[in-house]
Amino acid sequence: MSAPAGIPPRPAAVPGGARAPVAAARPPPCQNGPVQNQMQFPFGYGLHLENYSASSRRYPPVPHEAVPSQLNNQYVADYHSACYSIPVQSVMTTSVGPSMLNTQQLYSGAPHPVESAGGLTQGAISSASHLHTSVPQSYSALSSHYSSSTSSSVASQGFPLSSGHYAMPTVSRAVYPNLSYPSMSVGSPYGQVFTSQSLPAVGQFEETNTFPDQSSTVPRTLQQQVPLGYNSTSWSTSDFQSAQDNFSRNNTGSLAKASNQINTVGIVDSSHPVSQNVQFTKPGVETSVVSSAVTSSIRTPVGDHLTEPASVPSNTQPSESLLQEAIDSSSTTSSASPVINNYDALEGGGYPETNSAASSPAPTPQTSRTPKPFGYGYPTLQPGYQNATPSTSAMQPSNPGHHSEFQQYPQYPGVNQLSSTLGGLSLQHSQQPESLRPVNLTQDRNILPVSPVLAPVPNLNSDLRKLNCSPDSFRCTLTNIPQTQALLNKAKLPLGLLLHPFRDLTQLPVITSSTIVRCRSCRTYINPFVSFIDQRRWKCNLCYRVNDVPEEFMYNPLTRSYGEPHKRPEVQNSTVEFIASSDYMLRPPQPAVYLFVLDVSHNAVEAGYLTIVCQSLLENLDKLPGDSRTRIGFITFDSTVQFYNLQEGLSQPQMLIVSDIDDVFLPTPDSLLVNLHESKELIKDLLNALPTMFINTRETHSALGPALQAAFKLMSPTGGRISVFQSQLPSLGAGLLHSREDPNQRSSTKVVQHLGPATDFYKKLALDCSGQQTAVDLFLLSSQYSDLASLACMSKYSAGCIYYYPSFHHSHNPAQAEKLQKDLKRYLTRKIGFEAVMRIRCTKGLSIHTFHGNFFVRSTDLLSLANVNPDAGFAVQMSIEESLTDTSLVCFQTALLYTSSKGERRIRVHTLCLPVVTSLADVYAGADVQAAVCLLANMAVDRSVSSSLSDARDALVNAVVDSLSAYISTASNLQQSSLIAPNSLRLFPLYVLALLKQKAFRTGTSTRLDDRIYAMCQIKSQPLVHLMKMIHPSLYRIDRLTNEGAIHVNDRVVPQPPLQKLSAEKLTREGAFLMDCGSIFYIWIGKSCDNSFIKDVLGYPNYASVPQKLTQLPELDTLSSERARSFISWLRDSRPLNPVLQVIKDESPAKTDFFQHLVEDRTEAAFSYYEFLLHIQQQICK
Amino acid sequence: MESVVFIFSLIDCCALIFLSVYFIITLSDLECDYINARSCCSKLNKWVVPELIGHTIVTVLMLISLHWFIFLLNLPVATWNIYRFIMVPSGNLGVFDPTEIHNRGQLKSHMKEAMIKLGFHLLCFFMYLYSMILALIND
Repeated sequence: MSAPAGIPPRPAAVPGGARAPVAAARPPPCQNGPVQNQMQFPFGYGLHLENYSASSRRYPPVPHEAVPSQLNNQYVADYHSACYSIPVQSVMTTSVGPSMLNTQQLYSGAPHPVESAGGLTQGAISSASHLHTSVPQSYSALSSHYSSSTSSSVASQGFPLSSGHYAMPTVSRAVYPNLSYPSMSVGSPYGQVFTSQSLPAVGQFEETNTFPDQSSTVPRTLQQQVPLGYNSTSWSTSDFQSAQDNFSRNNTGSLAKASNQINTVGIVDSSHPVSQNVQFTKPGVETSVVSSAVTSSIRTPVGDHLTEPASVPSNTQPSESLLQEAIDSSSTTSSASPVINNYDALEGGGYPETNSAASSPAPTPQTSRTPKPFGYGYPTLQPGYQNATPSTSAMQPSNPGHHSEFQQYPQYPGVNQLSSTLGGLSLQHSQQPESLRPVNLTQDRNILPVSPVLAPVPNLNSDLRKLNCSPDSFRCTLTNIPQTQALLNKAKLPLGLLLHPFRDLTQLPVITSSTIVRCRSCRTYINPFVSFIDQRRWKCNLCYRVNDVPEEFMYNPLTRSYGEPHKRPEVQNSTVEFIASSDYMLRPPQPAVYLFVLDVSHNAVEAGYLTIVCQSLLENLDKLPGDSRTRIGFITFDSTVQFYNLQEGLSQPQMLIVSDIDDVFLPTPDSLLVNLHESKELIKDLLNALPTMFINTRETHSALGPALQAAFKLMSPTGGRISVFQSQLPSLGAGLLHSREDPNQRSSTKVVQHLGPATDFYKKLALDCSGQQTAVDLFLLSSQYSDLASLACMSKYSAGCIYYYPSFHHSHNPAQAEKLQKDLKRYLTRKIGFEAVMRIRCTKGLSIHTFHGNFFVRSTDLLSLANVNPDAGFAVQMSIEESLTDTSLVCFQTALLYTSSKGERRIRVHTLCLPVVTSLADVYAGADVQAAVCLLANMAVDRSVSSSLSDARDALVNAVVDSLSAYISTASNLQQSSLIAPNSLRLFPLYVLALLKQKAFRTGTSTRLDDRIYAMCQIKSQPLVHLMKMIHPSLYRIDRLTNEGAIHVNDRVVPQPPLQKLSAEKLTREGAFLMDCGSIFYIWIGKSCDNSFIKDVLGYPNYASVPQKLTQLPELDTLSSERARSFISWLRDSRPLNPVLQVIKDESPAKTDFFQHLVEDRTEAAFSYYEFLLHIQQQICK
Repeated sequence: MESVVFIFSLIDCCALIFLSVYFIITLSDLECDYINARSCCSKLNKWVVPELIGHTIVTVLMLISLHWFIFLLNLPVATWNIYRFIMVPSGNLGVFDPTEIHNRGQLKSHMKEAMIKLGFHLLCFFMYLYSMILALIND
């Protein structure tokens, strides 16, 4: 925003360093009359509206104009294949020899270091032998894909840091009312609710479970200062730590007993690295590292609860207590279990919640015999402290809103009743008042938390929770499953799963066993949620059949003990991988086979992608996942199809040209796909030669269809991966397409046509490929319309992946070129699974309704995945067919059977367990808003293809309207006049608005059809974490990064600036902002940005000298540069595809790219967030 | 003449009944996972057009022979058949698309449709039978 003068009605983004101004900027909450508050908000919004309209005038959309292709120049006489002129012969042999290669000096041949998780993993595993579970060995070797993880103890935590760090606000929630409203009368119902919440914070945990969904909006300082009454004004880790220390010291005496008995149990998050070597010497006091870093560490309960004998109840119902018992005892004893990191009673007993929150995303206070330190009271916060809170912009959060709400409605009976009903109905021992706390959306403007939103934790008992699958791999939109379809229909929320099954894991128990224990009727793999009826029998948790425990399973290789089947790693981890026997093979495991199909028409050569592809391949040739059998082949095509004979023994690669594209055939069937190791020299020759071979081509046509048919023929005996690089609309042979896009319709608000494929050729081909275990990955590098809607089918149904580089040009568009290079590096070296199938099983009564993702659904619950890659996400919609009255838990299990690149058959199994609830309030309490939005996005893509885009948009809006109105009608005593959402769904309207403004679904803004289709493809195939970034980018202010709250990764300090909401209101001319959109980072620099930032971070003397196209931050030896770079690289490391960085100056034309992501602002065609809320409210009132 | 019309209709109707049964069997095979979606759909798609033609012929025949009631009874089903055939999106492999059939309860709706058609054709069968006998007697 270039005119910030009028913008901020409240100070936007006051950096963490300056702490004073909040109180000045914000009316002190306790003194404002309700009237003032009421007036304040509309006024603030009014101001925004003005600004928004100004901005929309100011930044007209840049028209997307296709770069004209230069097809007709450069006809060069010495065009190499003169053989085209010979019509009779269809097969030609042309030498691609050194004579053509002598100008090749493009490659300096220094391969980039590439982390190859796949290689490591499989290497480690193949060494593991016979019947023993190879868990311990493989862990060390599995290390981590993200190479940062192993090096140091604390820093090795990698990304989990953030979660731990961010989880801190959880604490404050409970405490929050006490400090924010110190003068609040306890008699008021509103106050009571919170008071009852704040009690648990003292340590009384067995009744009030936890507050899983508290991505809090409360400033962090509060939580440190408040419970302690401690005078620290900063919230840096060290201060926090000292605060903790102090606190613990103060209370050790009184709480010593408690500290031994209260065990804070972090959720078992087996995907995160465990810092095995963190030593905690003072159990009661230590927090120093933990508080900021040890997110992933797994705490197992101490054996305090093991007093009950493991008796054998023979009832038919799954015995909860027994299960618990089993899990308890096993987790304390099996020291070889990978997730074990025993340190007891670590977080000073009196105030366990702080640390648990800080150390795991899912604080699970677990105390069975805890004395309740009721007497312990918090020192009330004095008003002065509020001034001392750092004034991060997101800290205004709900204070004013709540406050006014509270004052407006002092007689506020709803909440209390609600929570008391809840307490009676909810599953075990908990109520979740926090996720149900009503949030008034229209008044509560700052609903976005300062830290990333975490997945809500299912309301299970702590043992099950600890064993549950990581939300990164497996998430359900409703963490409390409604008992009946009727209840689900009432809640108006989508029920579904979001899966990321083949995620790169840093830690994965790998089990080699001759018998894989499965249920005999439903074939479910044994998992942590089964119940052992006795030593010899277990009961399936999906179909309830009682099965025998096989003899082999009685022996536990980890503890080398006999007779403890419940301690086997299969029963201790919800994510395990089995090495499958030959029973799981239909044929011998296939070798890794890679075929590259390259477009060499004039358009493609002009764009210059060949150089990048060949160079990346040369660099990564040795890192391609595979074994000694790995095979590779190349096909190029323009108006003909060219094959390359790379048979070992040839002196140079031979090009074979097939010009009969109507009936394409393989010229020499056996020497086109060659062993990578045997023919490496020839392959290298070819890769060096390819970029120049076609440099003078005049051929503008593209016979993609015939080339694909040839590729299919080539691959069908083995299966494998076809990588297709295409640069234009296929114009010859089978599968030719015509341009369907009308550029004038790009910004149409009405009908968007041609979202579906134009021909079934690519779909058929994909299904053929899928049947032959071949996946087709599409790289579309095109400057014009290429009908991605049709082309994408070849990847969609063959379980491939799609990459799209609009207006790619190696020199004119260096950002795209860099992106291609980095994507290729990841693409070529990432783990790959061949001939895979995935089956999703769920508890009897639930069934899968619809699948989303790239695959072919072979039967009702079986997905055929020719290839599976770690970046693929899936979603399924579920329906409840029979009511789940006879069970309190439901489980979902995905089993992914695949052939590793080393030729091993493996099964990766994830199991998720969720509670069943009967009340609508509980359903809302467990809603996972991010998962719901991602599932809705998937459904909307389907809808827009099968029906129309406007239908899909309406459906999205209706999803919000329906769910919120259903919620309001359940809590009937909420006032109808305002828009109320449960806390768990408070971000729902925001995310849906963001979705409506997403490229895939937006109307009115000029969007190229291919861009739109690509966004839809991504929605379908991205895992949740990446999809959320795409839908709702993160905005950070980076010109004043401080080390406060920083985390440590690999000895590097990574600052953690607070999240800003996506509104121009947050941008100031003086600042620099980083927007993380998943696949691209924008750095926006304000006009009067601090010169020291520009000098220290960007390396330019002043604003004017910063170039328009800057895609890298220089490595400067200044503190701020170091901080900025470490923050950006930390963000980068957290995702597989390396995002491109783009520095945008305030007046550069590229800033529309940046501003279009500010979803809370109004654009000429779409609502602002506030308008959207009003719109929803209107719809609800209708 | 009339008897010839009804004899033909009867034969045609028998064929359609068999076809409906075949559809139901194949779909339930898919439901039970005995065959995969690809082969199921290619099997079924083969018979979509014959079914459409067979039913349209009867309908037209009834129109020509001026049996208004039977014609009007057949018309909605015939229209639905044609509509369904025409409305297949260009990217789909036919009325039964292997990539879609497991989504959004399509399998169930196909099943339901086949069931309804079977019932309808049975009804028609007896109607034609009755009309045929009547016509033969009248002759």
